[in-house]
Amino acid sequence: MSDIKADEELDLRGVVCPINFVKTKLKLESMAEGTVLELVLDSGEPIQNVPKSLKDEGHKIVEVKREGDYFRLKVER
Amino acid sequence: MTDHYIEDKTNKVEVNVEGMDGKVNFDDLKSGGFIKQKQKDLFTVRLRCPGGRLTTDKLVEISKIAKKYSKEGVIHLSYRQSLEILYVDYNDFSAIVADLEAIGQKVASCGPRVRVPTACGGCEYNPNGLSDTQGLAKMVDDKFFGTPTPHKFKTCFSGCPIDCSRTKEMDLGFQGVVDPKWVEPLCTGCTICEQACKEGAIVADPETGQPIFDREKCIFCGDCIRACPTEAWVPLRHGQTVRVGGKHGRHPMEAIEVCTFLPEERIAAVIEKSIEWYNTHGNRYERIGSALQRVGVKSYMDFMGDLLDDSIKSTGELTD
Repeated sequence: MSDIKADEELDLRGVVCPINFVKTKLKLESMAEGTVLELVLDSGEPIQNVPKSLKDEGHKIVEVKREGDYFRLKVER
Repeated sequence: MTDHYIEDKTNKVEVNVEGMDGKVNFDDLKSGGFIKQKQKDLFTVRLRCPGGRLTTDKLVEISKIAKKYSKEGVIHLSYRQSLEILYVDYNDFSAIVADLEAIGQKVASCGPRVRVPTACGGCEYNPNGLSDTQGLAKMVDDKFFGTPTPHKFKTCFSGCPIDCSRTKEMDLGFQGVVDPKWVEPLCTGCTICEQACKEGAIVADPETGQPIFDREKCIFCGDCIRACPTEAWVPLRHGQTVRVGGKHGRHPMEAIEVCTFLPEERIAAVIEKSIEWYNTHGNRYERIGSALQRVGVKSYMDFMGDLLDDSIKSTGELTD
């Protein structure tokens, strides 16, 4: 998987559902079309829910990397 | 005389309708939905609200009617999603029915017949929803409401395997399901599906990250499909898991699953034929679950025949 450059980063470790999604959404809304946001999500509920919700809202997840107990996601606005 | 249509154990609740002539249309009582309260002359009027859904306009109108007829000014939300107007004087039956009729609101049923279906929000607005439970509840209510059966007959619709409507406790329950199919070329090995699957049916290969799918553990909820960032999990088919013979109450029974992927267009036929079997084999005041235990599930399955056959079993290959 080739590295995609992220324009912004949001570390959501320790942030519970659905606050993590709301924070992601607010962040994405402040960004320009086509830019990339890097998210750090805990495993368990956050990684079960946030990607589904992002897809529902029409965002594209362009890269996923697992780093131990958390995930690093790149989302295109 | 005793009305055998008021409440379930009607033989124990004697309602004297003598002297009510001219005040009460006996047909209104027979249609059910009037439940005797402890208080003298007072009844609960149960409204027909399939799937527990009402427009705000109708709710406002019902509220006005409840205010007019409920001696205590209260409504109760029934365990089957219907509104119940409490403390209504039997002398007002004809009037309240007419008022409700004028706003297009019908009274529900009691006793040995098909009850108003219950349903969750379904796929219309619930992200987990896999089927249009509200539409199905309405369809079934239109077609089958009030059909006489040996005892009460409760149906419900759950939009997904979380089963909020409790198909496992229904006489006949339908639950939305989706058969997932993995498309290898689209998979990036990100392992999100392994995380998304709460059933342990997907394990990521330690080398490639690609999913190893154990269909035996899958409950067909579609979490993998929704979570996958690259659409490498797709729906092979949608359907309805059918459960029959469940009930709650004093002696709960868990329904048995008789079909996993019933095509939605067969729901009405399955209900119709199940009622036919129940009316043929069920004793008076015997729920379908007890009848199934006594007569044997095989009798039911044989009678249903091809209707419950969903044998286009997933072969792991895309059909289209």
